[in-house]
Amino acid sequence: MQIPLVDYLVLDNGPYLQANECEGCGARFFGRRNACAKCGGREFNSVRVSDTGTLRTFSIVYRAAPTIPTPYVSAIVQTDDGTSVRSNLINVAPDPGKITLGMKVKLDTYVVGTDDDGQEAVAFGYAPA
Amino acid sequence: MAQDIWVLGAHMTAFGRYPDQDAVDLATTAALGALDDGGVTISDMDILSCGTLFQANSGMGQQVQKQIGQTGIPVYNVSNACATGATALRTVIMAIRAGEADLGLAIGVEQMGKMGLLAGGARKEKNVYEPSGRYGAVMGIDGILGTDTMPGVFAQAGMEYANDNDGVGFEQFAKVAQKNHAHSTLNPLAQYQKEFTLEEVMGSPMQSYPNTLLMCCPTGDGAAACVLVGEERFASLSREQQSRAVKISASVLTTDPYVESGQMQPDVNTLTRNAAQAAYEQAGVSPEDLSLVELHDCFATAELIHYDNLGLCERGGAGDFIDRGAPWRDGETPVNVSGGLISKGHPIGATGVANVYEVATHLRGEAGDRQVEGANLGLAHVIGLGSSCGVHILEKSGIS
Repeated sequence: MQIPLVDYLVLDNGPYLQANECEGCGARFFGRRNACAKCGGREFNSVRVSDTGTLRTFSIVYRAAPTIPTPYVSAIVQTDDGTSVRSNLINVAPDPGKITLGMKVKLDTYVVGTDDDGQEAVAFGYAPA
Repeated sequence: MAQDIWVLGAHMTAFGRYPDQDAVDLATTAALGALDDGGVTISDMDILSCGTLFQANSGMGQQVQKQIGQTGIPVYNVSNACATGATALRTVIMAIRAGEADLGLAIGVEQMGKMGLLAGGARKEKNVYEPSGRYGAVMGIDGILGTDTMPGVFAQAGMEYANDNDGVGFEQFAKVAQKNHAHSTLNPLAQYQKEFTLEEVMGSPMQSYPNTLLMCCPTGDGAAACVLVGEERFASLSREQQSRAVKISASVLTTDPYVESGQMQPDVNTLTRNAAQAAYEQAGVSPEDLSLVELHDCFATAELIHYDNLGLCERGGAGDFIDRGAPWRDGETPVNVSGGLISKGHPIGATGVANVYEVATHLRGEAGDRQVEGANLGLAHVIGLGSSCGVHILEKSGIS
């Protein structure tokens, strides 16, 4: 049995990311919403976010809380439909020489942990396309 | 501005580690120093504002009163991330503008000890996964869905600038830290006063590429305070008080307006640009008029992008700005001659007041070895993630 790391990662018929899109202005948000930060609208639709995009920025993180494995590559990806997503860059060496700003990337998932009931948590990241 | 407001007195403790003092001691030292410097007493104050972040619920302002004088005046305890000190200043400025006070005391203080890395959560492995919080997360997401750590977040802000502009990379960011460490050797109030070569900066342990250890501000302890006075009361002060006073030509606080990427990566640019533009308009000055700038270099990557955000360089030209030495103390626009947060230190609540102290000290011609000669106009900038940005522009009094 699998459970997504966060509720905006959809595993059924996926995997894909699901955003709340403001009916009024089209601004997209992940996670629970009260109202729109751009226009104040209160109605949202669930939309599927594009799986592909480009690397907007990154950092190779060496210093983190003790339980967090390092180094890892933190990234902001701009998807092909214009949505910003934060995640790790995966399947790439943590080496600035191997990572190019603007490179094409694609959504991918992996098991990040297993609980005492045998349930697997599934995380997402972006890998070079 | 409704009426002119002046910095009458200013003081800061050296930044560093104070294991034998508490935050009340540090705040008291700064407060008494500022009162003495302005030639006034706590009995003259109509309002007190005290900024601290990690002890925000401690009633710090009242604790200071109990050391220096319980006169019954209103106290406003404020916290606003790294813009806490600037917010304390602005609270007093707004009270004077509103006509509720003639004289006020603004204090910023922080005692952090060796807190280490700020933000970035430890991951708790739950025995049974259950979605919780606004994102329905089954475990901590820091380090899985990118980074929450400050060196990493600001690294990404810098690398985004590198993505959008030519001539910006690891070396340009490192040059910023090389400069600020060099500047700090002239500032006896700086937490660290040691110069490093560019190779040493780039070769120190990597925290979050491209920020190495020497490109990150330390945690630390310290306090700063300013006594502010409105123009009516200013007119009745002595000639000596008036000539040393520094005029606040602009005081602005902004938050981050909506941008598409803002929910994923804190936008530290737009609110700084907005604050700078409003401040230049209030003061009726241009960036090229500035004698010196103290800006929020929590990380070297941050300083570089704020050259652009504050209009110190051409749009997109921050890499060339540092490459040609423009922000060095003998350059076109000296930036962080105090050593900046990177080397002077960053006791969070104190920082936004200490920056104003630094600029005021230069405008008074009292900055000793690090004095920027002929300084007559300066800008102090802070930014707190979340986000808030404070910008103050200060002007030499011109009264002799």
